[in-house]
Amino acid sequence: MSIDDAVPIAEGSQFGGANSVGLVRTQFFTFAQPPNELELDCGQRLGPITLAYETCGALSPGRDNAVLILHALSGDAHVAGYHAPEDRKPGWWDLFIGPGKAIDTTKYFVVCANIIGGCKGSTGPSSVNPATGRPFGLGFPMVTISDMVRTQKVLMDHLGIPRWLSMTGGSMGGFQVLEWAVRYPGQVASAMPIATAARLSAQGIAFNEVGRQAIMADPNWQGGDYYDRDAPRSGLAIARMIGHITYLSDEQMHAKFGRRLQGRDRFGYDFKTEFEVESYLRYQGDSFVRRFDANSYLYITKSMDYFDLTSGRGSLVEAFERVRAEFLVLSISSDWLFPTYQAKEIVKALKANGVPTTFLELQSPYGHDAFFLASAQMSATIAGFLENVQRRVRGAAAAEGQRP
Amino acid sequence: MIISRHKRPAKLRLDYELIRALIPDGAKVLDLGCGDGQLLADLIGFKGCEGRGIEIDEAAVLECIRRGVAVYHGDMLEGMGFYRDGHFDVVILSQTLQQTMDPPRVIREMLRVGRRAIISFPNFGHWGVRLQLLWAGRMPRSPALPHHWYNTPNVHLCTVKDFEEFCEREKLQTVEEIFLTPRYRPISGLLANWRAGLAIFQLQRLPQQP
Repeated sequence: MSIDDAVPIAEGSQFGGANSVGLVRTQFFTFAQPPNELELDCGQRLGPITLAYETCGALSPGRDNAVLILHALSGDAHVAGYHAPEDRKPGWWDLFIGPGKAIDTTKYFVVCANIIGGCKGSTGPSSVNPATGRPFGLGFPMVTISDMVRTQKVLMDHLGIPRWLSMTGGSMGGFQVLEWAVRYPGQVASAMPIATAARLSAQGIAFNEVGRQAIMADPNWQGGDYYDRDAPRSGLAIARMIGHITYLSDEQMHAKFGRRLQGRDRFGYDFKTEFEVESYLRYQGDSFVRRFDANSYLYITKSMDYFDLTSGRGSLVEAFERVRAEFLVLSISSDWLFPTYQAKEIVKALKANGVPTTFLELQSPYGHDAFFLASAQMSATIAGFLENVQRRVRGAAAAEGQRP
Repeated sequence: MIISRHKRPAKLRLDYELIRALIPDGAKVLDLGCGDGQLLADLIGFKGCEGRGIEIDEAAVLECIRRGVAVYHGDMLEGMGFYRDGHFDVVILSQTLQQTMDPPRVIREMLRVGRRAIISFPNFGHWGVRLQLLWAGRMPRSPALPHHWYNTPNVHLCTVKDFEEFCEREKLQTVEEIFLTPRYRPISGLLANWRAGLAIFQLQRLPQQP
């Protein structure tokens, strides 16, 4: 259903069976030490910067099998496998990453890093500001998608990866995929943006703004300075509830909840939780506040609002002019937050540049969040695309090697 | 783009073989309604072509991706709209023209994005078709027209004569024409409108008169 629902562990192993990557651990990489801070798009400088990241599989001797996974708004570096044997659920995209899965870790070296501005180990508003010794709060500089991508490039160099065989991400992860392919064309052999767009729509900005207003209207928010007292839990929970509605579809809500009541037969004629869908949303909100920082929610949604691949680059066609990656663009038929027409805009601009592009609209009733769910079609698509990209990349490298 | 130089794909449909023969090595090819991508994979792998496909069926698109063929999942007019004028050397429409809602627009668009168009279609003027209507009084069915009246996707059937007249009106030049029996045996152009079950035309725009 969503990343907040426990995914049952497959039988056969305490770590998820033979096609699980097993136990993984989060690693940390710190760079941009003063005076060499990173200059952000907003004009401010940030440093030192820490990125939390995880890897699965092994980098090949030719260093040509690395696949970067970019997470969405509420994700983290823990993309697959388990941190501890007693974990209830694996990483957020475990369904697609592991031995024999769509992104087969016996073939590919998978890297996933938490974005800056986040709250899952990378530098963000809840990190301690070295200048004050206290959490940044709103003193944290505004970060953009391209800032995130530039920090990921530093990590790439640190890991000794000359070029990504591929990269993928859904939603805001897709923003990063697009930014990567445009900003570092020589370092991206192929790209698989999923359920995403070249810019956030007015509707997307609108929902983000309502979420932010809910957080900032919470008396506990205190201008973002709440780290030594109660967090704005109710505001963040409401923001998550609103967001969650946009990740689902009308059809799926009807099928999953209908108008059924939760734990009662008749209306109570009061304002307690009555309908199953209300109860579900409250659960989503409540579980979210336990794992996410309200200020991070503000910063990350703002980075989404600012994202427009064309800004400073003319048109979308011009933005893709230097792209050298081949593309697999996936959209989801019932996604109304990032509707298929937005994916087609990307495809159109890529094709106008002669970029080899495959486009598939996955038929699914589950809305935007469908890319978190098990899908034989999506698995087969990603596996088939990656396999052919790797064959071509290795074929081209071999041909290059034979050239006198 | 190299798919595989080791495995020859399974035998292609004969009209595919004939279309394949019309396509020069290294050409930039767009296949409309490319199905599982067999023809494109073959052109890419064995003729060094740069191949792209457009296909509406999800399962077929998945097969294309498995084969390593870059494919657009959607409507062919929409998909062609993404390309600049003259992007392709050849645009192929194999046995699908009669299923399109707006054949003139499809053909015009094919010759906008491509220098040449290769179009194959079942000939509704074949004697077997005529006889079924004339003698049996039934909607014609054949290997090339396997559907019943109530489930046929064919909304714009035509005869060889109809098509030739259309080309003349649209000022299209026939570079090549190939005729096959309903069982895909090649035949001469003699009385083609009676004898051919399937026709393959290679077209280009007539050079502009000064």
